[in-house]
Amino acid sequence: MGLRWTKQGLGGYKLIYLYAVVALALACSFFADRAKTYKALKITSKKFCKILPAFAGMLVLVSMVLTLVPNELVVRYLGRSNMPTGTLVASFFGSITLMPGFIAYPLCGILLQKGVSYTVISAFTTTLMMVGFVTFPIEKKYFGTKVTIVRNLLSFFIALVVAVMTGIFFGEIFPWIFK
Amino acid sequence: MDIQVIKRYGKIAGLLGYALFVAFSFWKGYEPGMDMGKSLGYFTVEMLKILPPAFVLIGLFEVWVKRETVERHFGSQAGLRGHIGGILLAGTTVGGLYVAFPVAYSLYRKGADLGVIFTYIGASAICRVPMTIFEASFLGLKFSIIRLSVSIPLVILTSSALGRYLTKMNYRFEHGG
Repeated sequence: MGLRWTKQGLGGYKLIYLYAVVALALACSFFADRAKTYKALKITSKKFCKILPAFAGMLVLVSMVLTLVPNELVVRYLGRSNMPTGTLVASFFGSITLMPGFIAYPLCGILLQKGVSYTVISAFTTTLMMVGFVTFPIEKKYFGTKVTIVRNLLSFFIALVVAVMTGIFFGEIFPWIFK
Repeated sequence: MDIQVIKRYGKIAGLLGYALFVAFSFWKGYEPGMDMGKSLGYFTVEMLKILPPAFVLIGLFEVWVKRETVERHFGSQAGLRGHIGGILLAGTTVGGLYVAFPVAYSLYRKGADLGVIFTYIGASAICRVPMTIFEASFLGLKFSIIRLSVSIPLVILTSSALGRYLTKMNYRFEHGG
């Protein structure tokens, strides 16, 4: 990927805070009420084990998608299409793949320098965040297949609207509006 | 045979085939198969760093937070205030959608409004604070502001519509966890 260098910086920084908050919360809970804290940890392990198979499904999907649609391919396709096609291609890629922010945003920064429009980048990042093809096994387990499909479809359309609005505000679509 | 049983065996067979394929790739040095194994390992480690602490917080939430509190702040009576609460909560969510789902489910079980739940899920995809700062530093503040100000109202609108529809249909989520 060539962009792994940011991993230490951001990933590490966020996780330290998460672990500090959890440790503090656990300590407070433990001093306030031991029995309740044990019960909480019991709930934690029960819930965790119950959803673990769905997570395994997600991880298998992620690894397959990332192998079939490597980041280099995404960059190549987004870099050379015209705007309407590019937006659709971008939202398709964004929907099926999963990329942590610390990889996705530097990647988009590079695309921007290469002359890819804000519209296309917006379509890509918004679908990347909101539409989850690989998280389908988890979402389905909690909320059912039908709701999962509807929520993802709605998110896809929101992402398209966001992309078009981004294009308008950056003067890429209907440039006469902001002239 | 029962369809559920067939499904289960199908899944096990698929998983086994996948594991064999990856193992075979490493043995024979098949590049795409090895990449697949590597990204599986990479994302497994990433998830295992985030999920346990997230689930500990969920456990603490389940025992300490009263149903009335959730109902008051995120219930159907809370209205727009509930949606705003959901967005604020989402801002602090780590990871991504895969952490938001179990949190949303716990909120739902404690009496949160369905619309607020969907707002929370949508918002945890688009308004996580550290992620947005990172985004702005690479794509510019203007980009982030446009994205947030267009998507947040749309998320609230579609979420409350979906929530209202499901409530009317008496929809129940039966995960049981």
